[in-house]
Amino acid sequence: MPKDLEAVPPLPASVRELRLEIEEFNTEYIAVLDACRVEEWPRFFTDDAFYIITGRENDDANLRVGLVYCEGIGMMRDRALAIAKSMMFAPRYLQHHVNNVRILSVAGDGTIAAQANYVLYQTLVDEKTTIQQVGRYYDRFVRRDGRLLLKERRCVYDSLIIDTAVIYPV
Amino acid sequence: MPDDLSNSAAALTNHVWPNDDLQLIPDWVYTSQEIYEREVERIFHGRTWNFVALECEIPQPGSFKRSFVGPTPVIVARNNDGSIHVFENRCAHRGAELCRPQVGTTKEFVCPYHQWTYDLTGNLIGVPFRRGLNKEGGMPKDFRPEDHNLLKLSVTTRRGVVFASFAKDMESIEDYLGPAVLEDFDALFDGRKLKLLGYYRNTVPANWKMYHENLKDPYHATLLHAFLVNFGLMVAGNKCGTIVDPSGRHGTLASARPDEKLNVDDDSKKQMRAFKEGMKLEDERFLDYVKEFKSPWTVTMQTIWPNLITQRELNTLGVRHIVPQGPNEFLMIWVMFGYEDDTDEMTRHRLRQGNLMGPSGFLGLEDNEAMKFVQQGMVRSVSDTNYVALGDREEGTTHKIITEAAIRSMYRNYRGVMGL
Ligand SMILES: [Fe+2]
Repeated sequence: MPKDLEAVPPLPASVRELRLEIEEFNTEYIAVLDACRVEEWPRFFTDDAFYIITGRENDDANLRVGLVYCEGIGMMRDRALAIAKSMMFAPRYLQHHVNNVRILSVAGDGTIAAQANYVLYQTLVDEKTTIQQVGRYYDRFVRRDGRLLLKERRCVYDSLIIDTAVIYPV
Repeated sequence: MPDDLSNSAAALTNHVWPNDDLQLIPDWVYTSQEIYEREVERIFHGRTWNFVALECEIPQPGSFKRSFVGPTPVIVARNNDGSIHVFENRCAHRGAELCRPQVGTTKEFVCPYHQWTYDLTGNLIGVPFRRGLNKEGGMPKDFRPEDHNLLKLSVTTRRGVVFASFAKDMESIEDYLGPAVLEDFDALFDGRKLKLLGYYRNTVPANWKMYHENLKDPYHATLLHAFLVNFGLMVAGNKCGTIVDPSGRHGTLASARPDEKLNVDDDSKKQMRAFKEGMKLEDERFLDYVKEFKSPWTVTMQTIWPNLITQRELNTLGVRHIVPQGPNEFLMIWVMFGYEDDTDEMTRHRLRQGNLMGPSGFLGLEDNEAMKFVQQGMVRSVSDTNYVALGDREEGTTHKIITEAAIRSMYRNYRGVMGL
């Protein structure tokens, strides 16, 4: 059962504009990841943002562990640097497909709670394409200097059994 | 056992070890279906204690977990009196794997196919229409439910860790591990109650023994894991130990990080291609070490034969459950934990440091990738042996870092058990 299924109030037409803005945000975010330009990935987040990738079994049971667990943009930059400059893994192409953006709420301080579904296809250069993850983003956006930034992105995957390794952020 | 040995030895005549000194490991140890089947019979179903659960996963009477002994599905359940029972996850009627959720709480186990019902100890307690319908059909008169319980395994626990065995007369877990391995095991499971933090699950397209070997191989740590070196967690000069139990099966890969900043000498820098001068973490909380263990080591990775890895990597803690899926793949279930008396900040420290391990961990993902490459190399190539001669012929416990002694010890034991 997706979280917050009951929580969505009827949204005014102006919120459609917001959904479009978030869709554009996600499109840019994905463009960076699909290009494996991982060192640019942290720029989509606020300095104090929280980022986690975790299995649905953990999320459902309120178990806090993350496959990737970043408190703050520094940890994201460190991970990006390690992936770009230090880590050993087989070459691959990635494609994220993100859709079903839903706005769940807009708080008084402007924080937007939203979600979206994602599918991550992985193609190792010497293997057939596989679905690496099917999951959902649970997001909190804030506005800084007019631009949306992620204050929190929780990537919760249904695909509990991971094939070998998840290298890049999703 | 001896009968099986002579029978199946005949079927394995193609598998002759290249020579006796253990410096050469033949590829078929990792790739042969026949060898794999003998491993299941002699090792996983033989005289071994296999990890099945942490007690914190099944905290209450009625709590259960779906688990595995080798590739074989089992249920781990806590009975109403608090005792822990392990039995095959296979209905005595038609063989269905009857328990489907990974964890849960129940009063009894009901097979969904024909609703045969078992209690929390695996005893058959209900067969629908046992006496037929309108006095027609039903079980034979001499049917005795107690002859159709689920196949029960021996169970033991040590400090909150649950082990099971198909053998009926196993030695104690303490004797099984031996004093040196037990000491590091007890440093992690030090009597504090464990708090479950969550799971990772991944497959690796490699033979299950490679995972043991990778953690009996201190040589790879500073070479494959540039992260360790570049960010000063470990260098080739760290104090290190590869501890091996008297049987050769189990081991502890241990290292102690000095308190002062690590200095890498020029020769080591040249040897470690992965070393990059001047890389620095922006958020060094990844690397903080809160001293909390009665142990001289800051890191211990234990290989507990045949299916358990214990991880104490600074303050990020977990067990890894190896589930073989044939010779060419294994499933790895990571159960990450802290302690019940951890503050919220300590829990978060463990979670932050958890970025080092798991199938997306700075170290964990590199190990998985490397093992996949090894298996592919063995399966696809003409050449057919692994060469493990570092440290020459030494076996057993050593404090050298550039050695494969513990791998040779493991194969000394393995060849005896496998009759190879
Ligand atoms: Fe490693």
